[in-house]
Amino acid sequence: MAKKSFRQAINEALAMEMRRDPTVILMGEDVAGGMGAAGEDDAWGGPLGVTKGLMPEFGRDRVLDTPISESAFVGAAAGAAATGLRPVAELMFVDFMGVCLDQIFNQAGKFRYMFGGKAVTPMVVRTMYGAGFRAASQHSQCLYPVFTHMPGLKVAIPSSPYEAKGLLIQAIRDDDPVIFFEHKVMYDDEEEVPDEAYTIPFGEANLTREGDDVTIVAIGRMVQFANQVADKLEGEGIGCTVVDPRTTSPLDEDTILECVEDTGRLVIVDEASPRCNIATDISALVSERAFSALKAPIRMVTPPHTPVPFAAELEDLYIPGPEQIEEAVRSVMGAQA
Amino acid sequence: MLQLSKEDLVRAYTQMRTIRDFEERVHEEFAGGSIPGFVHLYAGEEASAVGVCMNLNDKDNIASTHRGHGHCIAKGCDVKGMMQEIYGRRGGLCGGKGGSMHIADLSKGMMGANGIVGGGPPLICGAALSAKTLGTGGVAVAFVGDGGSNQGTTLESYNLAKVWNLPAVFVVEDNGYAESTASSWSVGGSQIKRAEAFGMEGFEVDGHDFFAVYEAARDVIAKARDGGGPSLLHVRLNRYFGHFEGDAMTYRPDGEVDGLRQQRDSLAIFRQRVGETGLLDAAEMDEIDRSVAGLIDEAVGESVAAPPPTRDDLTTDVYVTY
Repeated sequence: MAKKSFRQAINEALAMEMRRDPTVILMGEDVAGGMGAAGEDDAWGGPLGVTKGLMPEFGRDRVLDTPISESAFVGAAAGAAATGLRPVAELMFVDFMGVCLDQIFNQAGKFRYMFGGKAVTPMVVRTMYGAGFRAASQHSQCLYPVFTHMPGLKVAIPSSPYEAKGLLIQAIRDDDPVIFFEHKVMYDDEEEVPDEAYTIPFGEANLTREGDDVTIVAIGRMVQFANQVADKLEGEGIGCTVVDPRTTSPLDEDTILECVEDTGRLVIVDEASPRCNIATDISALVSERAFSALKAPIRMVTPPHTPVPFAAELEDLYIPGPEQIEEAVRSVMGAQA
Repeated sequence: MLQLSKEDLVRAYTQMRTIRDFEERVHEEFAGGSIPGFVHLYAGEEASAVGVCMNLNDKDNIASTHRGHGHCIAKGCDVKGMMQEIYGRRGGLCGGKGGSMHIADLSKGMMGANGIVGGGPPLICGAALSAKTLGTGGVAVAFVGDGGSNQGTTLESYNLAKVWNLPAVFVVEDNGYAESTASSWSVGGSQIKRAEAFGMEGFEVDGHDFFAVYEAARDVIAKARDGGGPSLLHVRLNRYFGHFEGDAMTYRPDGEVDGLRQQRDSLAIFRQRVGETGLLDAAEMDEIDRSVAGLIDEAVGESVAAPPPTRDDLTTDVYVTY
């Protein structure tokens, strides 16, 4: 099996689905690039080259560059989805959701319920998230908890290239609106990814490590850090199960609860701001439904409740890392003694 | 040369040269790896920021864009503080927390560069409302790009400014490209007709010509200050660098930037026109060039040596009280 980058995995998923289904279209700012300009066509393929090569293969009728008008084109994706197409809209940075949120949550997310189950809105919003790029406060946020909060939307957050391909193909084939999160510092990550199309079902968590002592639930990029910590502590005889929920809506509650029942200890790692994030949500779930299994208080590893800072020194302090996860795991182990 | 005094001309030239050198230097330093993050440079567009802001004072507010360094300098922000901010230093204008895309100095009426395209025009409606309500005599100016001109926020702001009769001016800086997309494609209709559709006057301006911008801005700002309501300037200009640093600019034809640098250089045009008047001679402008070069050298040197923020800074200034 060939090694592929996260970027290639996304590109391949889009290309395969566009070949398979002529109703799949892409739209977004500079998804091809160079529209109307005198230089090269397909000049960008998105700001980080993720959609490069798709316009030459599928043409500008299916890979649509847009003006910088997120409300209009994200809303257009919702409208197109409700009327027979399967659009994949690119919201360049999830921070820009503020410009177009109404079209996502009041329109696309509610069509089916409000219209008595008669609407089908198979749209995907691909969007970049996360800190670590020195991109400062308006280009670094996580914000997936916001979408997770909103009924009618599904939220996928792949943790690796393999996950990205399978979850994106599932997202495109899914008949509900899906917000698909791509961490901007993960695009060059590589792992073996099958050439053929495959789907990863939503709402089925993946156990990336298995151990008897502590359950670590980690979201998106944080799964890598959790794995590192699990590998390190295994050598010391501390066994960690790492749960990658893959989607926060739907959330695989059963797997999380089962793991906590088995280990009795829970650390949740979430790069999103600490209030009302996925960590607090899972903490509430476990407190309500597996309280008696807990041998130690739940620990949440998150950034502080601040905007994402620009200066490298501050951003590095901001992002949860392996050290904090390890400290949290050791603390829940220590709480037993 | 209009009614500009020698002092005004010196100020205008100094600011334009400062912007040019600042941006050329940031380009070099970024390429050398010493500046992190996303940086969008204003080189080539100097006459717009300076031509507009020469008509403003510290009570007047501007809102900028992601391409904000030129607006900051033209509005009087401290150049060394800006450079430190771009380096992420504790001594930067925003303590190193904002960076290039969020430089601001409210004491100078500079309401911030902005990471959100179209983020500025609504803010400027608010600043203009404050000026009107509080009777400060101030005006507020939104700089927005050709890309930002297509955001709903911008078009809604045109309407709001008109119906509230706000002392606001919208300056659409059209450098030909929204990121990689040509403005000739992405803008439906025309900027002037858009203004007129909302009941505003709109004027096309050659953004390479400081004097053209100055004159056009003087008139619409005076009108706004006198209670005559909002107007729009469509300033046509060019950027010498990419959308962001690192942009290979393959969407631009070969030789485009070289041609612009040779034929559409606002500083060269300024020098030629001022030289013809005899108000400011080449030697005086050369001296300004040397002085600005020294300032930029100092700003970079001090920024490299300056300390970063501390761990304690991470959690300060999220709220006033909490």
